[in-house]
Amino acid sequence: MSEHANLGKLVFGRLTWDALPLHDPILLATFAAVAIGGMFIVAALTYFRAWGPLWRDWITSIDHKKIGVMYVILGLVMLLRGFSDAVMMRAHQAIAFGDAMGYLPPHHYDQIFTAHGVIMVLFVAMPLVTGLMNFVVPLQIGARDVAFPFLNNFSFWMTACGAGLVMMSLFVGEFARTGWLAYPPLSGIIASPDVGVDYYIWSLQVAGIGTMLSGVNLIATIIKMRAPGMSMMKMPIFTWTALCTNVLIVAAFPVLTAVLALLSLDRYVGTNFFTNDLGGNPMMYVNLIWIWGHPEVYILILPAFGIFSEVVSTFSGKRLFGYTSMVYATVVITILSYLVWLHHFFTMGSGASVNAFFGITTMIISIPTGAKIFNWLFTMYRGRIRFEVPMLWTVSFMVTFVIGGMTGVLLAVPPADFVLHNSLFLVAHFHNVIIGGVLFGLMAGITYWFPKAFGYKLDPFWGKCSFWFWTIGFYFAFMPLYVLGLMGVTRRLSHFDDASLQIWFQIAALGAFLILLGILSFIIQLVVSFRRRASLTDTTGDPWNGRTLEWSTSSPPPVYNFAFTPIVHDTDAWYDMKQRGHIRPVAGFVPIHVPKNTGAGFVLAVLSTICAFGLIWHMWPVAAAGFVTLIVATIIHTFNYDREFYISSEAVVRTEDARTQLLASHG
Amino acid sequence: MVSSRAIGYLLALSLSCTTMLAGCDMVLLRPSGYVAAQQGQLVVISTLLMLLIIVPVIALTLVFAWRYRESNTSAPYTPEWDHSIQLELLIWAAPLLIIIALGALTWIGTHTLDPYRPLTRIDSSRPLSFEAEPLNIEVVALDWKWLFIYPDHGIAVVNELAAPVDIPIRFKITASSVMNSFFIPALAGQIYAMPSMATTLHAIINRPGEFEGFSANYSGAGFSDMRFKFRGVNAGEFDRWLQKAKASKDELTRDAYLELEKPSEREPVRRYRAVAPDLFDAVVNRCVEQGKTCLRDMMPMDMHRASRSPSVRDSVAWNPLDAAAVCTADSSAISALLRNTYQD
Repeated sequence: MSEHANLGKLVFGRLTWDALPLHDPILLATFAAVAIGGMFIVAALTYFRAWGPLWRDWITSIDHKKIGVMYVILGLVMLLRGFSDAVMMRAHQAIAFGDAMGYLPPHHYDQIFTAHGVIMVLFVAMPLVTGLMNFVVPLQIGARDVAFPFLNNFSFWMTACGAGLVMMSLFVGEFARTGWLAYPPLSGIIASPDVGVDYYIWSLQVAGIGTMLSGVNLIATIIKMRAPGMSMMKMPIFTWTALCTNVLIVAAFPVLTAVLALLSLDRYVGTNFFTNDLGGNPMMYVNLIWIWGHPEVYILILPAFGIFSEVVSTFSGKRLFGYTSMVYATVVITILSYLVWLHHFFTMGSGASVNAFFGITTMIISIPTGAKIFNWLFTMYRGRIRFEVPMLWTVSFMVTFVIGGMTGVLLAVPPADFVLHNSLFLVAHFHNVIIGGVLFGLMAGITYWFPKAFGYKLDPFWGKCSFWFWTIGFYFAFMPLYVLGLMGVTRRLSHFDDASLQIWFQIAALGAFLILLGILSFIIQLVVSFRRRASLTDTTGDPWNGRTLEWSTSSPPPVYNFAFTPIVHDTDAWYDMKQRGHIRPVAGFVPIHVPKNTGAGFVLAVLSTICAFGLIWHMWPVAAAGFVTLIVATIIHTFNYDREFYISSEAVVRTEDARTQLLASHG
Repeated sequence: MVSSRAIGYLLALSLSCTTMLAGCDMVLLRPSGYVAAQQGQLVVISTLLMLLIIVPVIALTLVFAWRYRESNTSAPYTPEWDHSIQLELLIWAAPLLIIIALGALTWIGTHTLDPYRPLTRIDSSRPLSFEAEPLNIEVVALDWKWLFIYPDHGIAVVNELAAPVDIPIRFKITASSVMNSFFIPALAGQIYAMPSMATTLHAIINRPGEFEGFSANYSGAGFSDMRFKFRGVNAGEFDRWLQKAKASKDELTRDAYLELEKPSEREPVRRYRAVAPDLFDAVVNRCVEQGKTCLRDMMPMDMHRASRSPSVRDSVAWNPLDAAAVCTADSSAISALLRNTYQD
C-alpha cells in the first residue's frame, strides 16, 4: 500500500486531486467555459478537416508572415485573459469597502493581480510586438524571410508554451501571489511554498528563451538581409526601432533568465542567494530583475514609437520630419534604458547621490522621447492628414502619452517618489504609458498592416468604435487612480476602510467597462471585416498610399515576399519608387530558394513544457524524461538535412501573373 | 455647433471633476509633517515645470491635427519638407532646458530630503536647535502588523504610533520575514522595511492629529489590513500615551516577540511596558531565537575558523548551528574578540 503511495508520489510529485479548483465557483465556471470552447474548436477543426492544414500551413510554418500572425493571435487571446483579470480586480476594488469584503478572498485576488501583470507584459504586449516585428521587418527591408526561419518557429512555440503554462496554472494548481516581479523573500520557499511561484518561474523561463532567440534572429535579419542600397540610415524607422528593441532583448533577457535561475536554485536546492539568512540578499534580486525589467518596458515602447512614425508619415502624406534625429533619439533611449533601473526602488535606502544619479538619468530619457513627439508633431505640420483609424490611435497616443511621460518624470524625482512609490499614482502612470503608448501603438499597427497580412482592410466603423471606447475608457479608468495616489492610497489592496475613496474606484470600474466595450468592438470589427472582406479587399497591395517596401508587394504577400529583391535609393523606398514611375517586372522570374516547414520547433517547445511542468510539480521522472527527450530531439533535428527547396520559376510566374491580372482588372 | 456643445459638455465635466477633487483629501499635497510638506511641494513644482512643455505639445497636436486635416485644402501642404535645423535645435533644446532645471531641483532635493539625513529645521520658519535630541523609534514590520519600540522609554506598542509635535523623530526600520514599506503619508515619504537590514527615516510632525500609516509594499495575504494610526500629540499627551504602555501588564520578552511574530491579521493595539534589551538589533541580525547565530557574527566566525583549520574546505563546510552554543549570550563581545584575534 505504502509502496503504491510512494510510486504515486514519485510520478506525480505534488500533483494531487486537490490541485483542481473544485472549491472555487469562479474558476470552475471559467474552466467549464474554456472546456466547452475548446471542445467546440476541436469539433470544428475535425468537421472542417482542418487538422492537416493547421499542422502543415501554420504550426510547422517557418514563414515569418504566418509566425507573425500567430504571435498576434496569441497576444490577442492572452489579452482577453489579462483583461478578465483587470475587470475582476476593478469590480472587486469597487465594492470591497468597510464591512463588504468583496467577492475575492486575498488568496485569489493576489493571484489575479500577479497574473494580470505577468500576462499583460510578457504574454500580450511581447507577442504582439514580436509578431508585428516578425511580420513587418523582412517586408520592410526587402528580404524573403528572417535570417533563421526554423529558429523563428521554435521561438514562437516557446513563447506560446510559456503562455500555456500560465493558463494551466489557472486550472491545475495556482499562480504566484507575489506581484508580477516576484520579489523575494515573498517569492522564496518559506513565504511561498506552493506551486504558484514555480509556475511563474518556469513559464517565464520557457517564454524567455523564445523571446531571446527571436531577438537574435531579428538582429541578424536586420543587419545582414537588407535589400541592396538600404544603408543603415535608409532603414525605415520601424525597422530601426525593431533593431534597437532586439538589441535590448538580447542584452536584457539573459539577466532575467539568470535571476530566475538563481531564485529557482533558492527554491529547489536550498541555496541562499536571495534569502534572509546565511548571507542571502533580496536586494540583489530586486536590482537584477529591474536590470531586465526596465529595458523590458523600452522593448515594448520602441516598436510602438516605430509604428507611430510609419503611421504619422503615411497618413500625413509627408516624409517623416527629422529622420536622423529620430534614429539618434531611438539609439540614445536604447542606451539610457540600461542606466535607470534603480528608479524602481529609490525607497530601498540607497544614498542620496545614487538616487539622484538614477533620477537624473531617468529624466534625461525624456529628452529624446520629447524630441520624438516633436518630430511626429512637425510631420503632421503642413501635411494632408487622413484620419483613418491608425492615425486616430496616433493622435490619441500623442495626447495621452505626454501625460504619462510627465507623471513618469515626476516619479523620477526621488523625494517625490518617496510619497508616490507603490501608490495608485504609480499604477496610473505605467498604465498611462503602456496603454496610451504600447497598446495604442499596437492597435494602430494591427489596423495599419492588417490589409497587408490578409488582403482586406478592417472595417473602419467598428475600428472607430473600438478607438473611442478605448480612449475614453482609459481616461475614466486611470485618471481616478492618479487622484487616489495623491490621496495616499497604495496598490494591491484588496479591502478598504475609508468609504470616501469608493467613488473613485467606481469611476475606474466604469472605465474598465468602457474598455471592455472597446475590446468587444475590436472583436466585432474582426468578424464584420471578415464577412465584408469582398468590399474591403485590397487589390493594389498599397491600400494606404504607403511609403515603405512592404506596400510594394501584393496583399497578402507571396511566400517569397518579393519575386525580385528591390533596390533601395531612399528612406521612403516605395514612395521613391512610385515617384520615379516604378514599373513592376512581369517577366524573367527565376526559381526561389526557400526553407521547408518543420515540426521540430513545436516538438521541442512541447518537450520543454513537459519538462517545466515536471519541475513545477516536483514530478522528477517526468522532468528528467522531458529534458532528455528535449536534448535527443534537438540532436535528431540537427541531422535533418532536407530543409529547403526551390519554388519553381513556373510557380513564381503563375503567382506574379495572377497579380498582374488583378492589378489590371482594378485599373 | 457640434463643437460648441462638446465644449459645453467638457466644461460641465471639468467643473464636476473640480468639485469632486475639492471634496477629497489629497494628503500628499496637504500633509502635516515638514518632510512630507517639502516632498509635496516638489511634486507640485516639478509638475508645473513640466506643464510648461506638456501643455503646448498637447495643444499643438490638436491644432495641427485639425488644421492639416485632408479636407482643409486651404492649408499649406509640403510633402517633401522633412528637415529644419532651427526646429531640430528647438525640439531638443526645449526638453533639455526643462530637464536641466528639474535635474538641479532633483539633485538638491534628493540630498536635502535624504531620509538618512538628520533634520535641521522644525518647519520652513523654525530652525532646529543643535542640542535637540531626536525621539528614537524602532519599527519592525511583522506578518501582518507593525511593532514600534521606543528604546528611549523602554516600551513597545503594536499597531499604534505616537510622537510629540515639533520634535524630530528618528525611525530605524526593519522587517521580520518579507519586505514591506513603512509609510505615513501625512508625516514623510516611505522607506522599505526589509528583513536582516535596517533602514532609517528622519521625520517631524507639525500638527497634532490622527493620521493613517500602512505598509506600501505588498507583503502577502494580510497586507491590506496592515494599517496603524499615527498620533501627533503635544508633550503632555505624549507622556500620558507612554504611561498607558507603562501601565500594561505585558512585557515584550524574546519569547513574547517570537509569539507575536507569527502571521496574524487585523491585530488590535497592544502595549508592552518593557522590552527585551537589544531586541531590535536581534531582529535585524535574525537571532531573537535562543541559539541562533547573529548575522553580523557569521563572517568573523568563518574567518576565525578558516585561520585555525588546516584547509579552507573545512571552513566552507562549517555549520553556523554548531557554533550556536558559543555565541548567544553576548555575540557582539565575541565578534569583537574575534576581530581582535585577527588584528593580532
